Amino acid sequence: MSYVGIIITFVFIENFILTKFLGLCPFIGVSKNTESAVGMGFAVTFVMSLASLTTWAIQKLILVPLGLEFLQTITFILVIATLVQLVEMIIQKISAPLYKALGIYLPLITTNCAVLGIALIAVRSNYNAFESFVAGFSAGLGFLLAILLMSTIREKLENEWVPKPFRGVPIAFITGGLMALAFMAFDKALLRNLIG
Amino acid sequence: MIFMKILWAFLSVGLLGALFGVGLFIASRFFAVKKDERIQRVEEALPGLNCGACGFAGCESYAEAIVTGEDTALDLCKPGGPDTAAELGRIMGREVEMSGEKLVAQVHCRGGKETSEYDFEYEGIEDCNAAALLYGGAKRCPYGCLGLGSCIKVCPVNAIDYDEDGLVWVDRELCISCGKCIDVCPTGVMKWIPYDADTIVACNSTDKGGVVRKYCKVGCIGCGKCTRSSPDGGFVVENFLAHIDYSKGGERDSAVEACPTKCIIKIVENTMTGESAQPLEAVAAQDSHESD
Repeated sequence: MSYVGIIITFVFIENFILTKFLGLCPFIGVSKNTESAVGMGFAVTFVMSLASLTTWAIQKLILVPLGLEFLQTITFILVIATLVQLVEMIIQKISAPLYKALGIYLPLITTNCAVLGIALIAVRSNYNAFESFVAGFSAGLGFLLAILLMSTIREKLENEWVPKPFRGVPIAFITGGLMALAFMAFDKALLRNLIG
Repeated sequence: MIFMKILWAFLSVGLLGALFGVGLFIASRFFAVKKDERIQRVEEALPGLNCGACGFAGCESYAEAIVTGEDTALDLCKPGGPDTAAELGRIMGREVEMSGEKLVAQVHCRGGKETSEYDFEYEGIEDCNAAALLYGGAKRCPYGCLGLGSCIKVCPVNAIDYDEDGLVWVDRELCISCGKCIDVCPTGVMKWIPYDADTIVACNSTDKGGVVRKYCKVGCIGCGKCTRSSPDGGFVVENFLAHIDYSKGGERDSAVEACPTKCIIKIVENTMTGESAQPLEAVAAQDSHESD
């Protein structure tokens, strides 16, 4: 599959949040204001791209030659946890307010199933190193797109009249559901039409 | 063969883990963030209640604001009072101006089931704001205490409770002046009074006297007798409701006597005297019950 195909697939057609429903915790938790949502999106993108690249290397260079594919989950989690720790340190150093805004959700990227998801999907699809990296990066972009859309909608909702029982998280769930419905319009047929 | 596999599995995961560990150690050295040690000391000096009375999210963020922002006032911590402010001034090496006297919150309503008229029986969620959404509460008086205890639940130090008459009352000894009860109260019947206030007008109704009389036996009817019988007591009647200007230090006992509806009550030893006084033994029993 071409790189353009991979990008379109993971940003739109198989958007991790809106069609695969992975990594919903930060999607609801950090989407209250755009600034921290974008920060979260970039943090996840960074972790996803590096994680899929590193896990590709570990899979091809260590696990397959040694016949240890059954260790996939544990080694991949190890890689992701390390990367998240690294990102946490970098963010704390570079931008203390962003670190504060992300709060508990930053270490929770560790257990964000979207990150492990892209690592496993990239391995299963037999991507080469660069394709894995592109897949991870575009899955992260898809996450960024979804959380950015969500946060701008939620910021607008703050000023709207919402029936009392729906205020806060309930209306966010409904919004997310409607966005997911909209994203169902992107499918494989669209990809075929676009790049043949 | 199988042993080799176990060995390889052990070695590869172990080595990877060690490698990542060392990598993180180096990175943590590289990205170390220097924290001002005064933040730690300021945080220790603060009470640590995280009540938010200072306007910051909690004691930690207030401590950070004090150390990083030069113009953050040091006397914002109401629970800590002057002692904490002085301690903060010592740590930061800055002069502290003490702001005013200590204020405590108090419920300005003594209308209970016997004394006030109720339009209906409220059986919804036990929350004043929920009750207030339904025709402004079950009480006909729209200004009074709804008595469902939202303030009791929100109080971080359990200073508020029902007294012997089943009415909400604030223990001024326990109150830390955080103002959470005042924010949560839907009718605004919870108001600030000075800590050493000896008398309060226990009513919040700005309706005309005749209207108040119809729905409450202990409401202020705005007759103005208190202003005449205690001219130095600082009583002011505005919108058919008496207020006390606590900066006037005159005697107020004759106003308590003169008040026809007995809504002006005397605060003695953290309780009140007047029509609905608690016997002192009952207060003692309640206190020992609370300390259990």
